[in-house]
Amino acid sequence: MAYSDKVLDHYENPRNVGSLDKNDPNVGTGMVGAPACGDVMKLMIKVNDAGIIEDAKFKTYGCGSAIASSSLVTEWLKGKTVDEAYAIKNSAIAEELALPPVKIHCSVLAEDAIKAAVADIKAKQLAAKVAA
Amino acid sequence: MNLNYFELFELKPAFDIDLAALENNYRKIQSESHPDRFVTATSAEKLASMQTATLANEAYQTLKKPTNRAKYLLELQGINALVDNNTNMPADFLMQQMEWREAVEGNATNLSGMHRLLRDIKHEAATLQETLADELDTKKAWQAAAETLRKLQFMDKLREEIARKLAILED
Repeated sequence: MAYSDKVLDHYENPRNVGSLDKNDPNVGTGMVGAPACGDVMKLMIKVNDAGIIEDAKFKTYGCGSAIASSSLVTEWLKGKTVDEAYAIKNSAIAEELALPPVKIHCSVLAEDAIKAAVADIKAKQLAAKVAA
Repeated sequence: MNLNYFELFELKPAFDIDLAALENNYRKIQSESHPDRFVTATSAEKLASMQTATLANEAYQTLKKPTNRAKYLLELQGINALVDNNTNMPADFLMQQMEWREAVEGNATNLSGMHRLLRDIKHEAATLQETLADELDTKKAWQAAAETLRKLQFMDKLREEIARKLAILED
């Protein structure tokens, strides 16, 4: 199957690969996996006190489309509020990368990773408030 | 006549099946529907025998591999265990998958390290497969079985990844 130029670009030069400190109270982690293809994706976001995402890193073990989807969203996430991030739809990712129908689930994985990371940071912030 | 794959091979629908019986019944159907036997047959008979051979082949491939067999058993219960958009696996399971993937990556040039990882992963997969057999055949706990099958899919993927790396190393 032929990958689009954008997928190839992210696959060959993935942006923001790596990890953030998971014990940092301002870092949220999203872990998701797709049983149908065995792909696993970890997305970490660092949120400042104003609720803006300052940094995002990912690590994905999967096909080119899964790597490109997560690489792309780390670019999109920086500078967004967590609520804006939560609103990102897989269809926007699929459209930007021109994913064929059989690879749409890779963009779903990326969307779900964002939602899981946002849920994690919100839970952390709530726990911190309760503790304070 | 609409037989399911188990019925086609005269097997009781279960995860734990008699693999020798599967093999024998498959060969029997394949030889009975072999094109050589239908040289003088009508075109309708030729078509029917070809369809039987195709069905038997598909059924055999499905029942032979444990994960495919489990997926099919769950489908007979109306459960699609491996839908694309189900990304919500238990966090500790995904964490361990991530660690294994990292270890595979880190040991990519280390033959003994790779073999050790493969052994660990095979062991874990065997444990999951026992759980799956219990859930499917004894407890009839379909949703739990679907979850275990999803875990096994990740283990399969890991094994493929290691096999690929080992093939390069041992080349």
